[in-house]
Amino acid sequence: MTEFMSMGGYGGYVWGSYGVTLALLALEVVFLIRRKRKLETKT
Amino acid sequence: MTTAIRWFWFASPHTFFPVAGTIARWCAVAAAVFAVAGLYVGFFVAPTDAQQGEAYRIIFIHVPAAWMSMFIYLVMAFWAAVGFAFNTRLSGMMSSALAPTGALFTFIALWTGSLWGKPTWGTYWVWDARLTSELILLFLYLGFMALKAAIDDPRRADRAGAVLAIVGAVNIPIIYYSVQWWNTLHQGASVSFTKAPSMAAAMFAGMILMALAFWMYSIAVALMRLRCIIKERE
Repeated sequence: MTEFMSMGGYGGYVWGSYGVTLALLALEVVFLIRRKRKLETKT
Repeated sequence: MTTAIRWFWFASPHTFFPVAGTIARWCAVAAAVFAVAGLYVGFFVAPTDAQQGEAYRIIFIHVPAAWMSMFIYLVMAFWAAVGFAFNTRLSGMMSSALAPTGALFTFIALWTGSLWGKPTWGTYWVWDARLTSELILLFLYLGFMALKAAIDDPRRADRAGAVLAIVGAVNIPIIYYSVQWWNTLHQGASVSFTKAPSMAAAMFAGMILMALAFWMYSIAVALMRLRCIIKERE
């Protein structure tokens, strides 16, 4: 497991890429759901 | 009424609203399935690269994100142009719905490229033709969003945005061909329409699966945003 996480010494670069991508995509969905909820409560 | 699909019927925001919801749900499910498959192939099936070691695994998000950043721009500019030419309400909303997702994928392409550049090129950033034109793409998306947000009347905002989107489309072939036109640090395309991919089959499969996941994600998110925009405007 630690071997997998280290990515042959490139762990910071690989997980830095995947982590930020996942976080941004998740944030976009969260913001959209919030925007949708706001519209539903208004009407 | 003939049996042909009534395209103009779908061009009305009210009739498209429920259709968009259904498509968005199915695309969201498909995105999750493709992402799980793509990550599995990318991390457990694809072999370690002989030259770059494990660092190359960034490719599975970098290349699909870069493809999406260019493709979403073209679709956005297409809808902006349709709205400009035919004055259809839904078209302008469609281009507005696509812009933030396109900007997001452009940022992801730049971010992952930067983290890939450090171990392989020795630098996070260089003013290379490919990198610079992709950065301009990010500014085009942000400019498009800012311009639309700055104009109160949505119909006028759509027209102004359309002009920017159409003019900015010239940047897309520049990004695509930059690695051929200029002597860049960024490598040429490993995958193209004219020849077989120059990489291991499992690497290629992982990349295609992740590209499909990003496609489905983009459609789902853009349609969700479109539904919000329809509700806000109408």
